[in-house]
Formats: sequence, C-alpha cells, structure tokens
Amino acid sequence: MATLTYDLHTVDVNDEGYLTDPHQWSLELAHEMAREMGIELTDTHIAVLNFLRERYLAEQPLTIRRIGKSGIVTIKEFYGLFPGGPLKVSSKIAGIPKPASCV
Amino acid sequence: MKNLLILGAGTAGTMMLNKLARTLDPSEWHLTIVDKDENHYYQPGFLFIPFGIYEKERVVRPKRDFFPDGVEAIFAEVERIEPADNTVVLTDGRHLPYDVLIVATGTTPRPEETPGLKGPLWYQDIFDFYTYEGASALADKLATWEGGRLVINLAETIFKCPIAPLEFAFLADSFFTEKGIRDKVEILYVTPLSGAFTKPKASAILGDLMEEKRIHVVSDFYLMEVDNDEKKLISYDGHEVRFDLLVSIPVNMGADMVENSEMGDDDDLNFIPTDKHTLQARDYDNIFVIGDATNVPTSKAGSVAHFEGDILLKNILHHIHGEPLTAEFDGHANCFIETGFGKAALIDFNYDVEPLPGKFPYPVVGPMSLLKETRANHLGKLAFEWAYWHMLLTGKHIPVSTELSMRGKEVDPVA
Repeated sequence: MATLTYDLHTVDVNDEGYLTDPHQWSLELAHEMAREMGIELTDTHIAVLNFLRERYLAEQPLTIRRIGKSGIVTIKEFYGLFPGGPLKVSSKIAGIPKPASCV
Repeated sequence: MKNLLILGAGTAGTMMLNKLARTLDPSEWHLTIVDKDENHYYQPGFLFIPFGIYEKERVVRPKRDFFPDGVEAIFAEVERIEPADNTVVLTDGRHLPYDVLIVATGTTPRPEETPGLKGPLWYQDIFDFYTYEGASALADKLATWEGGRLVINLAETIFKCPIAPLEFAFLADSFFTEKGIRDKVEILYVTPLSGAFTKPKASAILGDLMEEKRIHVVSDFYLMEVDNDEKKLISYDGHEVRFDLLVSIPVNMGADMVENSEMGDDDDLNFIPTDKHTLQARDYDNIFVIGDATNVPTSKAGSVAHFEGDILLKNILHHIHGEPLTAEFDGHANCFIETGFGKAALIDFNYDVEPLPGKFPYPVVGPMSLLKETRANHLGKLAFEWAYWHMLLTGKHIPVSTELSMRGKEVDPVA
C-alpha cells in the first residue's frame, strides 16, 4: 500500500491515488487535494463532497444522475465544478473509492 | 387461508413461485403470481439475436409452462401497492390482498429518458438490444449493413447485465470479421465510466482485449442528448461522438408501479430500497424484493436473482414463523463474457470480492477458467440455456454454491 503526502497530511492511497480508508479524510485534506488538481473549493464544492461521503458511508450507489437530483447542483454545474470526469474527480477529493462497474 | 403474492413472472418471480409451491403447505397458503406479459423471454439470448446466432423465436416460451400446479396466475398490469392495507391494486381495478408480498418486477430500458434517443432514427439507425423488439430489429439492420461507424453507448452506469455491452462489442468484431467487412467498420465503446473494465484484476487481465479487437474506448462520456440530424451523441460537458449506427443501452428503470406506490429510491429510478443481506424491503416487514427490482449494490443479472432465491426462500420461512431473518445474501454474481470467435471468459464475484482469475467451479480441473478466454467457457454459456429453462426457472438445485467460494481462485496471480 502506498501513501501520499499533501501539504500537511499523509494518507494511505491505492495506485490511482484514491484513499483506501475514508476515515483518514478531513476537510483540510480535501482543500489540499483539490488545490493540487487546480480546483479551489467553494461552499458548493464542499456541499457536494459531503453529499458523496454521506451516500458512500450509507452504502448507497453513486451516479452522476443522483448528484443532479441532490438539490445541490445540476449535472451541468457538477461538470463545471469538477472538470474531466466529475464523479471520478469529486470521489477522489471526497476520500471515497473510485466509482466502478462489476468488471 | 393466507395469501402469498408475487409481482412479476420473470426469472426471479417464476423461480420463487416454484420454490415456494414446493415448500409451503397448500392447505395454509394460497400462491398467486401477477404479470402483464404471457411470454417468458430467455434474456441472455437477446445478445445473440442481432448477429443471427439465435433465431428470435428461440428465446420465447409461454410463462404458464413454467408455473407449478395449484397456483393462481393473473395476467394483468399492476397499478400500485398499498402497503398500509396489505393490498395490490391492478389497473383493471381488482384488489389483491396479501400476507406476504414478493416484488420481482425487474427493470426495463427507458430510451425516452434521454432527449433524442427515441427520436426519428429509433429502429432506423438507433437500436437497443435488451428487448425482444430491439434485438430483432437490429438483426434485420445488421444483415444488410455495409459498414461505417458503429457506436455502442451506455447512457447510465446502473443497468441490467453490465457485461452484455462488452460482449456485444466483441461479438460485433467477430461478426464483421467473419463477414469480411471488418475493415469497413469502426467500433467505438462510449461509456460514462472511466474505462470498459474498472476493477483492478479484470482491467489488468482483460484490459487489452478492447485494443486487440480494435474497439476504441471513449471513457467518462455522460450522455446528455442525441442529435438525430447530425447523427451524434452529445455529453454534458460538450463532447460529441458521431455515429452511423448507434447501439444504445438506455437508462434503466424499475417498474412504474414502484413509482405509483411511492416505494422507489432517491435516484428516481424506481428501484426499491432493500436490505442487501436479508432482501426485505427497507420500509415494510412483509414485503421482500428480489432480482433487478432491488437497489442492492451488485449486478442486475439472472445469476444474482438465482443466488438470491435460496436466501429469500429461507428468510420468507423465517418471517412466516416469526423468527429473525438469518439468511444473508453476499452479493454473489457469476457471468459469462462472450469474447467472440467461439470463446468466452467467466467472472465470479460478490459485494466484497472482485473478479479474480483461477478455475471454476473446481480448483485446477475447472472445467471453466475465470478471467480468461477459453472455448470451454463459451460451451458453458451455450449449455446454460438448457439449465435456465429446465432447472433455474423451476427452482431446481444447480450445482453452484449460493455463497461465493474462494476455491480455485488465485488471490495473488502472477500476471
């Protein structure tokens, strides 16, 4: 298992940089990770991250569609906040596993 | 007399009906099953219809042929469940009371959820293949199609049989090669996920298949709409993919009656919140959910329904006897992956264990191989058709254990 060190925090990660223990996550860490990806977290970003973590810890499936129904952002806004693959990028910053299919 | 009512006579519902008819005392329990369609479809066969491997007639049989004696079958549409009154209401106005209810109403593709998907080009240049109609229409199209850009697109990440689109891509490569027009066909696999394979071991072992077969993967593409005039897909972040022929896996949703009953999940996809181990509906003690209708975090697939069946039977008996629900489903799924040219791979996994390489079901001797393309796996898939009609639907024992077994699996393979 590898570790990654951001400004102040060292965390356990898999080979793609996703946290292997979601409990090592903190908001400070999220700011540091986001900055490294060129994203400055706003309150809306943080609301999305909290939503993702809540859903993940409750073992509920995460889809972009669901984020669009969260009342926090529309799907287009979600893409604007986390450019590239928004669910992939936001999951990494939220300290939860990368969304995957069954294979 | 008590009533046990099953909604949906697909794979899961029919199997449960047979298991319960053999188990419950007929002097105490009246068994009823409801479905709107009198035909049973062998859904794994839909994959083979577009390529002319199966004639379409081969996958259809009357549902009634698979019901046991002494049960009541009602062919009608369900309007809603009224859990507070333990009653199911049919669209024709009939009320069916129940003591125990099993919901097995599955999932269906909903092309109308995506703007432009079910537009002027639907069944002209745009097809689904997860329905009898779609697979049959696509067979006619492919029989005369002379080539161009074939795009396979997943509109959403949660859909029935997540392997089938990959199999479709592999079989298309094989089909066009054997037809001598592979050089005239460009195959694109456009997915909202980060790749065709996303689990580590499967990616490492099968990841090269797409490249070997010249199937171009476009990842992280989340479909917003289909432009029928310019024949292109448009994603939410403004990327476009042009197509000549589009094979779509539309948004999948549970039955409308789930929405009418206000029993769906927060995604508005009409999947019922269900305990992932006991299969009891989260909000109702005497309602159980099986197969594609649940929101449990494993594949929507016949093999999952099959493994859930043994667990559900035990828990329904526990419920009837007022005992705790001690049988626990582990998320076990087992799927063949047709890879074309007479070969297939096989995967076996559950909530906690990702697909691993090795032999199945027995160590060393197999005869099938996990995460590896072999002829034996392909023959296994073909043989499954017989087992489906004669053993699985009628709830007979199939010699594959309900819980995932680590026997024969290689935990740390030498890649």
